[in-house]
Amino acid sequence: MDLLFNIQVWDSTIRLATPLLLACLAGLFSERSGIFDIGLEGKMLAAAFLSAAVAYTSGNAWIGLLAGIGASMALAALHGMASITFRGNQLISGVAINFLAAGLTVVVAQSWFSQGGRTPQLAGGARFEPIELPFAAALADVPMVGPVYADLISGQTILVYIALLCVPATWWLLYRTRFGLRLRAVGENPAAVDTAGVSVVGLRYAAVMICGVLCGIAGAYLATALQAGFTKDMTAGRGYIALAALIFAKWRPWYALSATILFGYLQAIALRPDLIEKTFGFDIQGQLLDALPFIMTVVILAGFVGKAIPPRAGGEPYVKER
Amino acid sequence: MERMPKWADVILVPLVSLILAAIISALVILAIGENPWAALKLMVSGALGSSYGWGYTLYYATNFIFTGLAVAIAFHARMFNIGGEGQAILGGLGVAIVCLYIPWPHWTLAILGATAGAALFGAAWAVIPAFLQAKRGSHIVITTIMFNFMAAALLNYLLVNQLKAPGMEPATSKFPEATNLPSFQDMFSFGETTLFRGTPANVAFFVAVLACIAIWVLIWKTRLGYEIRAFGHSESAAKYAGISPTKIIMVSMIISGGLAGMMAVNNVMGEAERLVLNAVEGAGFIGIAVALMGRSHPFGVFLAAILFGFLYQGGAELALWTSIPREMIVVIQALVIMFTGALDQMVRAPLEKVFIAFNKPQPEPQAKPQAKMGG
Repeated sequence: MDLLFNIQVWDSTIRLATPLLLACLAGLFSERSGIFDIGLEGKMLAAAFLSAAVAYTSGNAWIGLLAGIGASMALAALHGMASITFRGNQLISGVAINFLAAGLTVVVAQSWFSQGGRTPQLAGGARFEPIELPFAAALADVPMVGPVYADLISGQTILVYIALLCVPATWWLLYRTRFGLRLRAVGENPAAVDTAGVSVVGLRYAAVMICGVLCGIAGAYLATALQAGFTKDMTAGRGYIALAALIFAKWRPWYALSATILFGYLQAIALRPDLIEKTFGFDIQGQLLDALPFIMTVVILAGFVGKAIPPRAGGEPYVKER
Repeated sequence: MERMPKWADVILVPLVSLILAAIISALVILAIGENPWAALKLMVSGALGSSYGWGYTLYYATNFIFTGLAVAIAFHARMFNIGGEGQAILGGLGVAIVCLYIPWPHWTLAILGATAGAALFGAAWAVIPAFLQAKRGSHIVITTIMFNFMAAALLNYLLVNQLKAPGMEPATSKFPEATNLPSFQDMFSFGETTLFRGTPANVAFFVAVLACIAIWVLIWKTRLGYEIRAFGHSESAAKYAGISPTKIIMVSMIISGGLAGMMAVNNVMGEAERLVLNAVEGAGFIGIAVALMGRSHPFGVFLAAILFGFLYQGGAELALWTSIPREMIVVIQALVIMFTGALDQMVRAPLEKVFIAFNKPQPEPQAKPQAKMGG
């Protein structure tokens, strides 16, 4: 039971789940509009690099965040151009974007900082610092609730709270606004949306750009909050885990939160082999924990446990007239 | 409907894509303060200017032929096998098991066994996603991505546990002497002259060439190949013609996975002569670029693989002599994938317009005199 009731484990769960959550919601917007996006990884990576580089140069994490979002949105626009305007293969475009980011970040980082493809360590205002919520210190001694409030809820960086707020915001946008209704419709039946006189292209670009913004925040969080600076390939497959979480969540915002917390938890306990040993009495291989999100997603995809059905028009370029 | 002549579709479109990718790469090199022309000259001389350079270029090309063919055959069945990386990892596992646990008398027999083992393991890693696609409708792209990560985790696990050789490094022990493949240096050095000295190119290159020919025969000269192509063109028409979608999906993915796995004969058996972590080094993904560039034709794949072999060896030379890091190749690779795969329409549409404009005059002669009279 040590694993379940350990504040530290849950603390790292939240910190590790945050980039997954942001990227997962990013993918949700894109895929709900009918644009597959396996380029989440690349957009995060580009954002991580540029946010760290600009934060280091300017000494301001917020300017870094904006730069990161800009980098991610530029790649999102490229994806939109390839898959919406030129009706290219969305999957191939995503693959290309991942490689583009993996290569360019290192090439540019090397010529900018000459530190072997990384940025210098960030310190002070160039990083997002933990925020102490009111009364955290005062309540810390209250049994049960105190440590949870003081260590878990309080003391995260602002981006964590933003990510958590994005969940109800996404839900509201998708299910309670006209834009959301149209967005969901364009992923299921673009012809109907077109007939209603709403621009399919416009909606899809909007969704892809929102995806870019969220991936940008996710990447900036990695480089300027979770860690202090950019290192080569620092996303380490998080974009793909977010993609897995998106399927796990069946393309719905609240499920996205639980799926990313689950996958974040798996990453968190992989860091604490001592606790695993204590709880189960035997060792679980870290590699199994690494692979578990993907195995679970394949099981879900296979439809043995609650079938995941993607948006119907996903991956299909929309042709107005034939 | 008017279309471009075949030669333009097969040669001109990829060429224009490549030139566009090259221009943007040159701009990137310019932006980081290096000279793109000097970089290109260095790449050509480093990769193609000596038998040493060719030894590396052909070694990389061998990997890319296998993974490129793997993606290409899946493309023919209109499936996107993005799992070449994982299948090649498993292929390495197959090669290692065959080489380590079977006492081979000679490399000629060992290479047969290793090829079979590599293909079997690679195919096994592709067969589950194929089954899930065929029977449960799970998207093959997503499942093969997931299987890439599982393969990496599995290999990681085995190399620090069951297969680990004594010592610190997560790697198997060296394969026995009898399984070591002859390198180009062994084969092509006569008397005084030593060619390909110290390069990893080996006999597996010829296996790759054979694979190209075999896939060409399979796709264009056999009934199965016809069925695969028919299925790729139109699933409903193929179904109507009595072709089983399940069979085509399964068979084409098994062949695809097998080809990706066979890459291990080159890099694991031919070069490293033991299994190490991260032996594939992204070759599975380069297969995507190679198949797109080669228009999924085995001969095109062969040429594109040589091109990427050149880029890899040239890129290594760049990293050695200039301040351009190795990752520059990844940028070029991304641009090639982008232009030949996703932005194909952007390249194709203007070219098509040009051809239509040039072809127009033929039906016009009758109309012209009338127009003159009217004017």
